[in-house]
Order: sequence, then structure tokens, then C-alpha cells
Amino acid sequence: MTHFFNVFGIWLGAAFTFAIFSFLYKDNPFYKVAEQIFVGLSAGYWFIYTIFNILIPNLFLPLSTDFAANWIKLIPAFLGVLMLMRLVPNAEWMSRYPIALLIGTTSGLAFLRYLKSDVINQITATMINPFVGNNWVTVVGQILLVVGTITGVIYFYFSKKHEGAFGVSAKIGIYFLMVSFGAAFGYTAMARVSLLIGRLQFLLGDWLGIISP
Amino acid sequence: MKHTVFILFLLTTALLFAQSPIFTIADIPNDDGSALVITWDCTGVQGEQFFVSLQDAENHTLDITAFNRESSSFPRGSLIYRDSLTAGKQYHFVLASADSALVRTPLISKTGTPRAQWFNTDKISLLIMALILAISIVYFIYSAKGGKNLYIRRINGLEAMEESVGRATEMGRPILFVPGINDLDDMQTIAGLTILGQLAFKIAEHDSKLLVPVSRSMVLSTAREIVKEAYLKAGRPDAYDPDCVFYLTDDQFGYVAGVDGIIVREKPAANFYLGAFYAESLILAETGFSSGAIQTAGTAMPSQIPFFVAACDYTLIGEELFAASAYLSKEPHQLGSLKGQDVGKAVFLIVLIVGIILEIFGVHDLKNFLTVH
Repeated sequence: MTHFFNVFGIWLGAAFTFAIFSFLYKDNPFYKVAEQIFVGLSAGYWFIYTIFNILIPNLFLPLSTDFAANWIKLIPAFLGVLMLMRLVPNAEWMSRYPIALLIGTTSGLAFLRYLKSDVINQITATMINPFVGNNWVTVVGQILLVVGTITGVIYFYFSKKHEGAFGVSAKIGIYFLMVSFGAAFGYTAMARVSLLIGRLQFLLGDWLGIISP
Repeated sequence: MKHTVFILFLLTTALLFAQSPIFTIADIPNDDGSALVITWDCTGVQGEQFFVSLQDAENHTLDITAFNRESSSFPRGSLIYRDSLTAGKQYHFVLASADSALVRTPLISKTGTPRAQWFNTDKISLLIMALILAISIVYFIYSAKGGKNLYIRRINGLEAMEESVGRATEMGRPILFVPGINDLDDMQTIAGLTILGQLAFKIAEHDSKLLVPVSRSMVLSTAREIVKEAYLKAGRPDAYDPDCVFYLTDDQFGYVAGVDGIIVREKPAANFYLGAFYAESLILAETGFSSGAIQTAGTAMPSQIPFFVAACDYTLIGEELFAASAYLSKEPHQLGSLKGQDVGKAVFLIVLIVGIILEIFGVHDLKNFLTVH
């Protein structure tokens, strides 16, 4: 019976792979079926995941086993209940409080986190003597780092029109950004090709058995 | 008798010349009072093995570390002890030596009290930077509220928003807004939703149709509130359709499959991808491109911006996403906030340039001061 389900699963996987790939031609009923099943199944999966991996271990279990030590968890539970008030038309406004709390807390925490990681750490990492290095490649790399950082920040300065020397600096900054984007594009495109190879290995190996999986 | 006198003479001499150990217990600065640093120097001290122990009120000892003459921590060493220490409580530590039969002799005992500090002085540079930023933001918010005209340079992607909405209205097709796949604990999602408010306002004015598929429950609630408020603000509460913001799934690729389906079937005239995106960015942008929609994207995910640049008509790069809301709304508090951030950037840039010059001349003080441990 296990063997049957293994084979059935592989055939199902192959069928869905083809159904999804068929989108490359155009939208069609096979893609629609695969899409709807995928969306529905994943939504259901995440619903169950939330109950068993978040609500039960983080809320219900601690409260039922040791209420005195975990009563503080009632506060997020209460905020969660307020979110559900959206279902009651007259009490819909209550859901704004947990949303406001979440957005405010997120902004406050992110402010310091980004100030440290994106500003101070970036500044200190760029505070180097660019002319010191073991070879000329290192020196050129360090000069590019310094110039790229300064001009990159100038590009993201919104309070001044990009014209004159300031505009030239901003333009150099965007060139630096575009070169880095190009490199990132190529790198990720290669990673996507490896995903395609993975799918082909599944079809040719697990399904058809032409190649060893 | 002579032998006994000689041995006594030798022992007295040894005792006179034997050095006493150095043993210190110190509080660690800039912490929450949960650790002490213990240092020792057993140079010239007799003994085969040495023990550092914690002693309680009933003289029970708990060994913290042990070392012998071959150990790297002999004769000098230190350790940070943080096992369940309470701030403000006094602790007794003993340095003892042991002979070859492991009979211990206490050498010296010291007390130490871990103290919690209100301020971590290692992060003073962070405080200064935060203050510069906060003060400049508050100052410019009040300036803007006082009627001061604050200039913001043109951001191309946002100029096209009006055009996109107008085009969708003329074609009688909907406008798709994708707020990314992260939850509200991501600043990019919040920035995206703020722009959604401005976009929904324009859509309400043009009486066009909006589609907002989301992948997180909190984003669903927030997006609905924002769109509803935008329609109210535009004086079109009757045109608001709560079902225009809808949940698909939390799953990354399940969500992408769903949005792709919407793009090919509903054929929106304009697509907006503003928020946090991962591997789905190219799939969405490519499908949108093939459908012929005007596409505007914005994210601060460095690895995904290239795909948006390649497949979208307009791309908000990094911080442009966060500036977009102020640019569109022209509200004083948002404009002031953006202007304040620009002042912060200018200050940081000056600090950076000064720091580089100092580094070239071999002065590292500024860099050391700014480095947050």
C-alpha cells in the first residue's frame, strides 16, 4: 500500500508539474486546476500550521499547564481576540488597536535596528584608508567602495534637485547601483536554473527513471 | 636538631619569598548586572592544581574552573562568570590551591557584586545618531506644519501613478496592488500599505476598480482599513467594496500562483508591487509584463530589485519606497519626516567623509567611537 501511494504521489507530482509548466504556453484549464488546488491546499495547510505550531505550543499549552507563570500571554491572546472583532460589524473598530500596537512597535524596533545595521555599521565599514592594500586590486576595490557608498547616499537624497555636481554624483551613484543589480541578476538567474534542473531531475529520475535520481 | 633548624629556616625563607596570588572580582560594565569578570595571577604560588570556586553563606563551594601548571590559564587567566547571578547581590569567590593528593588550601577569597547599568556607554554613538535624526525629523515636521515649503525631488515611478490610474479607468480594467509577502512586522509592508492609501484615494476619485490580494491576515485587516479610509476621504464611501482586498494564502508560491491567475484572467491595466518580495518578484513582474500592464514596483530587498528593474516600467529603489508616501501625500508630517531623514543623511555623509580623511592620516578615534560593540 505504501508503494502504491509513493508511485501515486510521483505521478501526481509529475502531473502538477506539467500543469504548472503549461502556463508557459498560455492560461489553460490544467493550470487553473493546479493553481486552485495549490492555493486552497496551502491556505488550509497554513491554517492548521498556525493552530498546531503557534497557538497550541505558545498559548494554550503554557496557559493550561502553568497559568501563574504564563498569565502574561493573555495580553497577546486578548489582542488576537480584538482582531477577530472585525467579524462583528459594530465592534469592528476594536481591531484597530492591535494593528496600531503592531505597527508602532515594529517602527520603533526597526528604527534602532536599521540605524545600527544600515547606518552606523555601514559608516564604520566604509571608514577606511582606501589607499592601503596588499595589491592594486585591493586599493581599487577600496576606492570603489568609498566612492560607491558616498555617491549612492547622494542618489537617495530627496531634498535637492539632481543637477550640477550634485546631479553628477547622484548619477554615478545610480551607475554603481545598476552594476550591483546586474551582478545580482546574473547570480540569481543561475540559482533559478538550478531550480529548473531540480524539476527536470524529478521528472526524468523519480518519474520516468531515465536518469538515476 | 641541626636538621630541624635547617628545615625550619628553609620553610621560613620560602614563605617570605613566596608571592601571594592576585585575585580580583569585577563587575562587567554596560550590562544588565548578570555577570562578573574573575581574574587571577598565581605566579610563584605553590600547588599542583588550582580552583576558583563560588562560596555560599553556608560555606558550600561550587567550582567554577580548575587549572594546573600545564593549563593555558596558568599562571594568569580570567573568565566571565554569568551563571544565574542576580544584580546587586554580593557573591564570594575563593581561589584555592591543591597538592598532588588534591588536598585544597584556600589562598585568597574576594567578593564581587554584579551591577546593572541604566546606560550602555558602548552605544553612545547610536544615541547621538538617533538624536540627530529624531531632532531633525521633529524640527522639520513642525516647520512643514508651520507652512514652510519643503522641496522633494521628482521620483519617476510615482509620477506615473496618476497616469496608471487614468489608463486603467479609460480601459475599464482593474488596478492590481500587491503589498509583498511579509507581515506587518516588516517596514516595507507598512510603506507599501501607506502608498496603497494614496493609490486607493486616486482610484476612488477615478471610480476605477482595485484588487489587493494579500498573504497575511494582519495585512488583510490593515489593507481593508486603509482602503476604506481612502474611499471615505475621497467622498466615495458607497464605492468601497470590502472584497477588493482579499486573502489568498500564506504560502509564498501558492500566493504567487493565485496572483498570476488574477493577472492573466482579470487583465489589470496597472500593477503595483510595493513591499517586501523574495523569489516571487520575477514571476509576478514577468507575468504582469506579458499581460501588457503598466507596472510599478518598489522594494528594499536588494536581491529582488534587479528583477523589478528588468521587468517593470518604473521601479522604486530601496529608500524611494519609504519616501513615496510623503511624495504622494504632501502631508506636512510625512514631508517633514522625509526632510529630517535627509538632514540625517547629510550629517552621516559628512561624518563618513571626515572619518575617511582621519583614517588616511592614521587617526582612528572617530571610527572607534562610532563602532557599536
